[in-house]
Amino acid sequence: MLKDSDRIFTNLYGFQDWGLAGAKARGDWAGTKDLLAKGRDAIIEEVKASGLRGRGGAGFSTGMKWSFMPKDSGKPHYLVVNADEGEPGTCKDRDILRHDPHKLIEGCLIACYAIGANACYIYVRGEFAGECSNLQRAIDEAYAAGLIGKNACGSGFDCDVYLHRGMGAYICGEETALIESLEGKKGQPRNKPPFPAGSGLYSCPTTVNNVESIAVVPTILRRGPAWFAGLGREKNTGTKIFCISGHVNKPCNVEEEMGIPLRDLIEKHAGGVRGGWDNILAVIPGGSSTPMIPKEICDTVLMDFDSLRAVQSGLGTAGVIVMDKSTDLIKAIARLAKFYMHESCGQCTPCREGTGWLWRVMERFVTGNAESKDIDNLLDVTKEIEGHTICALGDAAAWPIQGLIRHFRPEIEKRLRGRVTVAA
Amino acid sequence: MPTVVIDGVSLEVEPGTSILQACEQLGIEVPRFCYHDKLSVPANCRMCLVQVKGAPKPVASCAMACADKMEVLTGSEMVHKARKGVMEFLLINHPLDCPICDQGGECDLQDQAMAYGFDRSRFEENKRAVVDKELGPLIKTSMNRCINCTRCVRFSEEVAGNSEMGQMFRGEHAEIGPYIEAAVSSELSGNMIDVCPVGALTSKPYAFKARPWELRKTESVDVMDALGSAIRVDARGGEVMRILPRLNEDINEEWISDRTRFALDGLKRQRLDMPYIRVRGKLTPVSWDDAFRHMQEKLTGLRGDAIAGVTGDLAAAEEILALRRWLETLGSQNMECRQRGETFDVSQPSGWTFNSTIASIDQADLILLVGTNPRTEAAVLNARILKRVNSGNCEVANIGTAYDLTYPAEQLGDVSTLLQQVAEGRHPIADRLAAVKNPMMIVGISALARKDGGAVHAAASRIAQKYLMRGAWNGFNVLHAQIGLPTALAVGFMPPAGRDIGKIYQGVAGGQVKAVYLLGADEVDVEKLKGAFVIYQGHHGDRAAGHADVILPGAAYTEKNATYVNTEGRAQHARQAVFPPGEAREDWKIIRALSDYVGAPLNYTTIADVRADLANVAPTFRHIGKIVAAEMAEFGTPGPIDPTPFQPAFANFYQTNAIARASETMAKCVVELMPQAERKAA
Repeated sequence: MLKDSDRIFTNLYGFQDWGLAGAKARGDWAGTKDLLAKGRDAIIEEVKASGLRGRGGAGFSTGMKWSFMPKDSGKPHYLVVNADEGEPGTCKDRDILRHDPHKLIEGCLIACYAIGANACYIYVRGEFAGECSNLQRAIDEAYAAGLIGKNACGSGFDCDVYLHRGMGAYICGEETALIESLEGKKGQPRNKPPFPAGSGLYSCPTTVNNVESIAVVPTILRRGPAWFAGLGREKNTGTKIFCISGHVNKPCNVEEEMGIPLRDLIEKHAGGVRGGWDNILAVIPGGSSTPMIPKEICDTVLMDFDSLRAVQSGLGTAGVIVMDKSTDLIKAIARLAKFYMHESCGQCTPCREGTGWLWRVMERFVTGNAESKDIDNLLDVTKEIEGHTICALGDAAAWPIQGLIRHFRPEIEKRLRGRVTVAA
Repeated sequence: MPTVVIDGVSLEVEPGTSILQACEQLGIEVPRFCYHDKLSVPANCRMCLVQVKGAPKPVASCAMACADKMEVLTGSEMVHKARKGVMEFLLINHPLDCPICDQGGECDLQDQAMAYGFDRSRFEENKRAVVDKELGPLIKTSMNRCINCTRCVRFSEEVAGNSEMGQMFRGEHAEIGPYIEAAVSSELSGNMIDVCPVGALTSKPYAFKARPWELRKTESVDVMDALGSAIRVDARGGEVMRILPRLNEDINEEWISDRTRFALDGLKRQRLDMPYIRVRGKLTPVSWDDAFRHMQEKLTGLRGDAIAGVTGDLAAAEEILALRRWLETLGSQNMECRQRGETFDVSQPSGWTFNSTIASIDQADLILLVGTNPRTEAAVLNARILKRVNSGNCEVANIGTAYDLTYPAEQLGDVSTLLQQVAEGRHPIADRLAAVKNPMMIVGISALARKDGGAVHAAASRIAQKYLMRGAWNGFNVLHAQIGLPTALAVGFMPPAGRDIGKIYQGVAGGQVKAVYLLGADEVDVEKLKGAFVIYQGHHGDRAAGHADVILPGAAYTEKNATYVNTEGRAQHARQAVFPPGEAREDWKIIRALSDYVGAPLNYTTIADVRADLANVAPTFRHIGKIVAAEMAEFGTPGPIDPTPFQPAFANFYQTNAIARASETMAKCVVELMPQAERKAA
């Protein structure tokens, strides 16, 4: 279990002052100038050495991503912070935005410096009204204190931070759709390549990072990459905010070490599963788009990128959704299918046409109005979507259903048989 | 240069070539819906997926550039599975109403479903329904068929330049349409029908008229403006059913204007299909022999100088030359093709030619428009300027009335004397023209059709000599609005010794000119020809025919083999698709037949004889389809320029010639698409 002294987000629950004074008391903005003085390459090297992997879901090395930014493109560079947190089951970024915004702003300054950007856009999900208000006030405080803006922290480096409010479209959390939306266009993902590091916002080199990835950077630099790398397991280092919701006694956000066993996470921090551990049916471990895992996997699985991948799921955003035996899993997944149908941008064929198909078949499964061959057809349709789309929303729509069929096919068949019996 | 291996075949490609383009170079067919050569690449249909070795999932070949040593498989299991999946998705919500769809037989979805479709559906849900959109008199919609490829959206944004179409809503509710309920008003809107890979956008006038396999296809050249766009005329029996663009990178790429495409119903209306002579003030149908005898009676004995010929907007080189030769046998020098009274100097071909060539717009870096609205005068050329502007580092400036040209143009003012200032280097634009690498000046024909046309021409000449010449680059361009004029100019239908149009009117009034031969000349002032014996040869009972004493029915451009010279001075052959109606005949043959009755018989037996003679007249006729660069010279008659603003060649894009004026479709366009103010002005 993570020691309190190793916590990065010490005001995660908002018990203290979220403003500049409180942040400084917690150690933020301490010696930022010296951190910048390490130099661009050294910062990137330290972030690489810490083993920090992107906290937005894909788990790509943050330091590596920064190193892809060209050194002399002749164009302005941009940092874009993805605060469009929309993944069902995930609510970690919102707590950072409202309770620890200065960690994020300081991280923005350092990241901008590391990638050679003088401007940073924080794209916040539209529904986050209070969060935007806090963040904007924190930005204003930081400007007033000379921490960002011209000659930020007295470093001689100029860095402007802008808050941009989205309109609440899930797809705008996809990095290129987010860029399109920032540019004032309809949020539709772009084709990759070119990746944003080559051609992103306004066709300039751009790095898009998750809020949490950016917010942990100042602490990593202050305490050294070895400290961060010493937490968790190899290649899955550091701390991570887990969001535990569903059928647990005390749903919560908690910062924990990577690689903590799922059972420990739920029992120690979330007060255990409703009705005891044996009442657990399945867990969606990383936000709605990761495939669910049944109890026998939950018993032993560790919560990090590689362990969850090994059981054909993923850490994603670490939004843990716990479902006990009272859950109608088919209905739950049907609801997720509806969400993905609703949020598909409609640009590319498989996702536009396929997500609606998935939902409709799932709805028939809920009532049992289908035949067992439909299960195979549905699985085949998910395979036709997966990997054939421009962005990962297609995959995200396909995986929950694949997870359901993989682990709970007998449940579906039972439901279908039940329908037939009634009909007879 | 990267080398890729596609299906085991190694190929070296230009950097930046997409996998799809590389496949095409090897003749490997890659199915696609959203990808279009001339439009941006959204990669949204996902039909062109291929397997790239090392990549975990199939990649969209249209959007992925070839990298060195890349290994591509286009026929693997993975590829087939992916494409079949995409095809299934496209078809689940498609109505599959091919039997009643006008796209049937030339539908990309239909064709590719043969290769990648299933013979039955696994989709047991209800299909999505999309409300049809009303896009005006030209485009019929059936939005259930739409597969959201966004080609029409990209066309409207990137080529037509007015973003009238878009994709609204999202997910499976995504719909293509105009954002507001409004007709598509672009002059190029018909091309959306061509780019649409399915039957969502089809031609409204052509709806339910024919099936593609019933049509006889003739490759020809358009005459609706002075560009000579490449077209294909599709006919069934004796009727032209539709007109489609052909690819010609030098002129129209693959677009045509709505007038070119939709004015064809004018070919069936108001046609002259019998010879007529005026008997006791009334036009009476007669036989060819009677008509010629009547003319023989009236013309024999007249002095050559008492006969004049005027050619019109749609006249082809063959008949113009035949008329010229015939007038010459009569001893007449009175030949005129500038029926609107253009007073410019015609002696130097470079003075009335689009010298830079249309394709060179792609290289221009500063374009100065003078007294022209290319959007109405040559819509396809305007799209090319837009393309150039969009690709960056090209500015457009305008002297003349400010129009919405679909791209930003710096308005220098509409006072014509500005031209004088530029010529004298007293205007900042002069320095900018001098500073850039490839400057272009485009002078509208109407700027030269003014009373001071000679002075405008002289000022333009001075600007050209001072600022627009760069070695082989000639930046002086005249944009004609009607193809008949450059054609007649190339044939030399204006000997310096003869009477020009003003002198012909004077001669008629003074009694020296007793007979006038109008070869499709509908723009002459017929009132001023009163008193003379007027012969009208043409295909439409338009403005002039009713005032004639003899009417000789000719053939329209789809009904004869003919040569037209476009504004660049490029001669091209139009081909006969159908026969002329009734007693109408090919125009050069009419004059050849007439020469047996009046004057001396012309030495023509076949069209080859006429074309051999054309080749003697001007070098452009010896190089069909090619540019024969005109030697740059000085032209114009220096003098004061009247400050009155330049006027466009025409305010009404839809009704510019006899065929378009007879077209019901064009009339509908005027009513539904032109703003009321413009309609009144026109």
